Amino acid sequence: MKHYEVEILDAKTKDKLCFLDKVEPNATIGEIKSMFHKSHPQWYPARQSIRLDPKGKSLKDEDVLQHLPVGTTATFYFRDLGAQISWVTVFLTEYAGPLLIYLMFYFRVPFIYAPKYDFTTSKHWVVHLACMCHSFHYVKRLLETLFVHRFSHGTMPLRNIFKNCTYYWGFAAWMAYYINHPLYTPPTYGEQQIRLALTVFLFCQIGNFSIHIALRNLRPPGSKTRKIPYPTKNPFTWIFLLVSCPNYTYELGSWLGFTLMTQCLPVAAFTLVGFIQMTVWAKGKHRSYLKEFRDYPTLRSPILPFIL
Amino acid sequence: MASGEEDGTVEEKETNNKKRTKGAIATAWLTFYNIAMTAGWLVLAVAMVRYYLQKGTHKGLYRNIARTLKFFQTFALLEVGHCAIGIVRTSVIVTGVQVCSRIFMVWFVTNSIRQIQNEESVILFVVVWTITEITRYSFYTFNLLNHLPYFIKWARYNMFIVMYPLGVIGELLTIHASLPYVRRSGMYSLRLPNKYNVSFDYYYFLIIVMLSYIPLFPQLYFHMLRQRRRVLHGEIVVEKDE
Repeated sequence: MKHYEVEILDAKTKDKLCFLDKVEPNATIGEIKSMFHKSHPQWYPARQSIRLDPKGKSLKDEDVLQHLPVGTTATFYFRDLGAQISWVTVFLTEYAGPLLIYLMFYFRVPFIYAPKYDFTTSKHWVVHLACMCHSFHYVKRLLETLFVHRFSHGTMPLRNIFKNCTYYWGFAAWMAYYINHPLYTPPTYGEQQIRLALTVFLFCQIGNFSIHIALRNLRPPGSKTRKIPYPTKNPFTWIFLLVSCPNYTYELGSWLGFTLMTQCLPVAAFTLVGFIQMTVWAKGKHRSYLKEFRDYPTLRSPILPFIL
Repeated sequence: MASGEEDGTVEEKETNNKKRTKGAIATAWLTFYNIAMTAGWLVLAVAMVRYYLQKGTHKGLYRNIARTLKFFQTFALLEVGHCAIGIVRTSVIVTGVQVCSRIFMVWFVTNSIRQIQNEESVILFVVVWTITEITRYSFYTFNLLNHLPYFIKWARYNMFIVMYPLGVIGELLTIHASLPYVRRSGMYSLRLPNKYNVSFDYYYFLIIVMLSYIPLFPQLYFHMLRQRRRVLHGEIVVEKDE
């Protein structure tokens, strides 16, 4: 068996960082990253980007050395992706915040509202309902992060946790402040409006969960395979006929429901910003589906049936 | 086959002609726009000098030039459009932020809070803006006409070093002066309870705006310093060769 020699150069300075000899032809990029980590302990594999070309795309951990367009002396370029943090950690932190912060406003802990309101509860029943819905939503997200989602990437850049937490925690505080305020005004159309809103919210929560389960079942545990999602026996998944990312569609629906339930402008603002971000993600996902699968159903739109 | 090839080249020529006409129209419009803006700010400069020479005081100067200032500063919104449609190669966001901050200063601070219109800080930032804009728009104009006098280029890339901090001081002092009047009048504010379940306090908003100068000003200032080094550094290299 012919062994390979691998040299790793810095993508920017072209300095020789590492030389590995007697590398197996069937070695993966992941294994090469581990070997590189040994000689440079500060660059753990998750923050290594290895490519064939200094300005090219990152190679995948699963790529096998002998299947790459390299000679028996392979030259790779390395870029430091910066400190990394696991997706699970980020998700748990960014979702635990809103859950706890909202409850602080709901229970009116001191220094938020006037002292005479400390530890009182709102006299409007919709405020209690809203707290239950908001808390349910984030508990669901936390449990899904722990037990349902299968992540393609293990890590993301560390600075993302600050950006993401500011977004989620900031908006949670902003909306919780007004919904739980002593001067809160209940919805204009009263019980009718709240009942409709709750129906929409619950429907979309179940829908969103159904999609997450369907996506999980597409991918066997530990693998990173990608397949086209199709409707299953669960009616909530039939929306796959019309939409590539129905999880985002249902998420939008949930927040529209919550906006209607609370009739609170900050909630509407959060819904709008979330919708814009999810549309960007949905369009990207839709485009990669189209690129990867020749037979991708043409009826589907990224996030809103026939519209967007 | 032969006729197919001919069609191809005819189409190419048509698209190239369209591109050239679009480029010519864009250049003509931009030239007109920049000449008009240079003229506008020159008119402002002259009006301010005349007022001061005649009255000997800055009191009432703002009211005198308010309409012209509002017109030409608001017209600058077009520049965001220029970037958006690509006839000017600058970031839409950077231009947007700069124009919006000017609009904010003119319409939402100076124009709407009469009590501060005679403050010296107002004169300070209006004078700074006038000098800066005359330099900037004449720079663009001469660039478009391919006849850029060195002193205009020098002015554009050197005067900001002093003008920019002076302008910031004028703006901050003006906002600060307006705070007591904003608080007392409760203007642009929304109190609870209301059916949208939201509130807005313009007083605290202005304080946040003032604080935002702290991270934003150094970033913009150093960006311009870097641009200056890039533009003027190139010249130094040429001189060395000679």
